[in-house]
Amino acid sequence: MNRMQNFKNGLIKDNPVFGLYLGLCSTLAITTSLNNAIGMGVAVIAVLILSNVIISAIRKIVPDDIRIPVYIVIIATLVKIIQMLIQAYAPALNSSLGVFIPLIVVNCIILGRAEAFASKNGIFDSALDGLGMGLGYLLAVLAMSFIRQLLATGALSMTNPFDESQVLFHLQLIPEDFTISMFSAPLGAFMTFAFLAAALSSYKQHIQRKEDEAAKAAKIAAAQAAKAAKEAA
Amino acid sequence: MFSELVALLITSVLLNNAVLNQFLGLCPFMGVSRKKSSALGMGMAVVFVIVAAGLVTYALYYLVLVPLKLEFMDLVTFILVIASLVQLTEMFLKKSSPALYKSLGVYLPLITTNCVVLNVCLVNISNGYDIPHMLVYTVGTPLGFALVLYIFSAIRERLEVADVPESFKGNPVALVVAGLMAMAFSGLAGII
Repeated sequence: MNRMQNFKNGLIKDNPVFGLYLGLCSTLAITTSLNNAIGMGVAVIAVLILSNVIISAIRKIVPDDIRIPVYIVIIATLVKIIQMLIQAYAPALNSSLGVFIPLIVVNCIILGRAEAFASKNGIFDSALDGLGMGLGYLLAVLAMSFIRQLLATGALSMTNPFDESQVLFHLQLIPEDFTISMFSAPLGAFMTFAFLAAALSSYKQHIQRKEDEAAKAAKIAAAQAAKAAKEAA
Repeated sequence: MFSELVALLITSVLLNNAVLNQFLGLCPFMGVSRKKSSALGMGMAVVFVIVAAGLVTYALYYLVLVPLKLEFMDLVTFILVIASLVQLTEMFLKKSSPALYKSLGVYLPLITTNCVVLNVCLVNISNGYDIPHMLVYTVGTPLGFALVLYIFSAIRERLEVADVPESFKGNPVALVVAGLMAMAFSGLAGII
């Protein structure tokens, strides 16, 4: 139950991107198309799970003083492996993500989870935490790229990342004359992010208010019951 | 040659700004921009780390990794250089200006994971810059970062007292401001 809760927290409530503001750089930079978002999301999930597992496995033999350099070398090695795999099998994705693949090394989500979770918990829990946080990141970049691609090009489309000539789907939802190209520019990225973050924060406030009200009602009911019991006595 | 270098400097500081155009270094950009003084300190620390890291990694890559045919070790080498330089800066600041050290807090060790630093080191190599270009790019990019960070912190100090809708309080409205700044900076595109 607790494990499931941890896993679910990463998706919405403590979403690493919109809730904790980690890994903003790549979220804003690569979300111009669904293709980029999925490629980046999958790469981050892979690195996150593997680094969490390795770091959790060696957590008892790493001296405390040099743990950060150790973690970052492990992460850098994993990212290099992923980068070489992408270069070899998905060259189109490699050229459109560009420098942001090696920059996964400095994505705060990964080092943050290593430090906050994997260095204190068992291997299985750490893998699950990596998956949950990674999916939270994937969800965030998908939401961003969905809005940005739709408004900037009027279409939702995806191509096969391993063979760019193969189009998986292409839906022209808004006629090309009515698209807002601003959304593929930096301004659009910042604005989309700001509005999504504000939406999540308003959702959280709504839940908080509901909980407060429920707690208040429970308090009043308890007081009334106590009063009634007193009167009956 | 000279005019080309000036153009590269203007591009790396203003036109292709690290934060507003390339979305790099957003964590410290959001994190330490609440006060002008800490933004200035952070900016200077980042300039120092990037210039040092850029020079060391460039030298390491061409003097050690290329002759040994170990180019694939670039990421690991670069990040280790950056991490140790950040450690050095931290120790230096702790001794020389404890107040600044305190106000930067957790964001000082986090310069290691500041994407601008690693990005400068990687771009120096991947764009195949020669030494003058490398120097200009390595100095220009962090200057652009520090400039934008300082402007942003000045706006945010005003934002503290502004009446913002409940759900936009804090980071969302700051991101809207960053978006408007990006639009303003894109207006500079005609310089070159």
